[in-house]
Amino acid sequence: MRLALLAACAAASFGVAAQDNASRNLAAPCAICHGTGGRAVTKDVNPLAGLPKDQFIARMTAFRNGTRPATVMHQIAKGYTDQQIEQLAAHFAAQR
Amino acid sequence: MNAFKRRDFLKLTGAAAALSAAGCASLGTKARVVVVGGGFGGATAAKYLRLWDPAIEVVLVERQESFVSCPISNLVLGGYSSMRDIEVGYDGLRAHGVRVVRDEAVAVDAGKKLLRLARGGDLSYDRLIVSPGIDFNFGEIQGYEAAMGAGRVLHAWKAGEQTVALRRQLQDMRDGGVYILSIPAAPYRCPPGPYERASVIAAYFKQSKPRSKVLVLDANPDVTSKGGLFKAAWKDLYPGILEYRGNAKAIGVEAATATVKLEVEDVKGDVLNVLPPQRAGDLAVKAGLITHNNRWCDVDWRSMESKKVPGVHVLGDATLSAPGMPKSGSMANNHAKIAAAAIIEQLSGRQPQPLQIINTCYSFVSEKEAIRVSSVHQWDAAQGTLVAIKGSGGVSAARSEPEAVYAWNWAKTIWADSLG
Repeated sequence: MRLALLAACAAASFGVAAQDNASRNLAAPCAICHGTGGRAVTKDVNPLAGLPKDQFIARMTAFRNGTRPATVMHQIAKGYTDQQIEQLAAHFAAQR
Repeated sequence: MNAFKRRDFLKLTGAAAALSAAGCASLGTKARVVVVGGGFGGATAAKYLRLWDPAIEVVLVERQESFVSCPISNLVLGGYSSMRDIEVGYDGLRAHGVRVVRDEAVAVDAGKKLLRLARGGDLSYDRLIVSPGIDFNFGEIQGYEAAMGAGRVLHAWKAGEQTVALRRQLQDMRDGGVYILSIPAAPYRCPPGPYERASVIAAYFKQSKPRSKVLVLDANPDVTSKGGLFKAAWKDLYPGILEYRGNAKAIGVEAATATVKLEVEDVKGDVLNVLPPQRAGDLAVKAGLITHNNRWCDVDWRSMESKKVPGVHVLGDATLSAPGMPKSGSMANNHAKIAAAAIIEQLSGRQPQPLQIINTCYSFVSEKEAIRVSSVHQWDAAQGTLVAIKGSGGVSAARSEPEAVYAWNWAKTIWADSLG
């Protein structure tokens, strides 16, 4: 029983580690303005946690193109490729 | 040999599991990471290690009871914020399972993987994170320490007692007095910070002591950050109050006559706020982590691991900054995430993966308007360092009140991300 439990725990922790550290790492810097895990701390900041994937992609793409008004995100968004935006969108959509 | 080692490891793991009462907690002692310094770098590292891998034991060594933020502290000097606003305790980290030890780290034995504490003996670690902030090369300004001891010169470049003392001196200063702010040659902590300070104190004078002056003596040839935006604000908001002089390096301070000595002349003032040249914090020196100019610690930007002492990661202002990277709270917070991610990989026997990181710094130019600079940095394998991504980043279009609202949002959010 103990062995089985240990194996399950090990599988869980290694599984998480191997699975999606890349997306987690890509998303982590956003937290300085959008809060840990994309959970906003103040009412003036858009929360990213739970934002539907297509909305995230549409906003970031519009920031990058300059078609959505921004004070800062137009400059930040230019640092991210389509693929990275997609990865971030999936990550934040899964956050609660 | 390898197989033998692995069998031993499994045996040990089994023993630890047998000793422990409950399921997954049995993996709780997989490794111990010790973090020194509970600022933007160290606090964030401690939190994110626990967040990302609860099986890692994290000990944070910090000599102060609570964190006092340098960002926003310039507003305290102007009377637009209070010390209470900029202080955050360590209970948030404790809630993440970080063991917070109030002590001072005095030495590192990297061979034995031991950190020596001033009061608490030796602490063993698997990986060590050093986030020591800055200390000052007082010796480069003649008479500084004596004048500081006499209370005649302050730096207030670490938020805390000196912030309170400088605010009091500004309040006590007569209307018509001169506040001198002397800035060292770059690099120093928070490139736009001195110009923000000059602006906010000019705003205070304008409202409360309109015959007073802010005199900025900058060792650099020109404003080192957000130059156009700062200079526009000074011209529009503080004509006759704020005077800026570039290429004005302080080489001495005389307490008795309240004089700042420059290379070519002496300047008298009423309140002297001289920022001395800076270097990595004392522990970086004691631990042998300094690599450049007797001042800064070079690191591998994929892991923040010291290029000199293996197993030790250095974060924040103490690092030899990558090209275009400021010594800022945002950067220290992100350095911590690089280190946390790397340590988790290293402890699992994998290679650290480089992170892409973001800097955002707001500066107040008055009590109600602010400006901003941002950049995005990514690993460049050819150059072997983090570089700013071309076409990304930039500064505010103009100073504005909404930027001041965002500045406060940034502060509250990064405090929570680092310590909450």
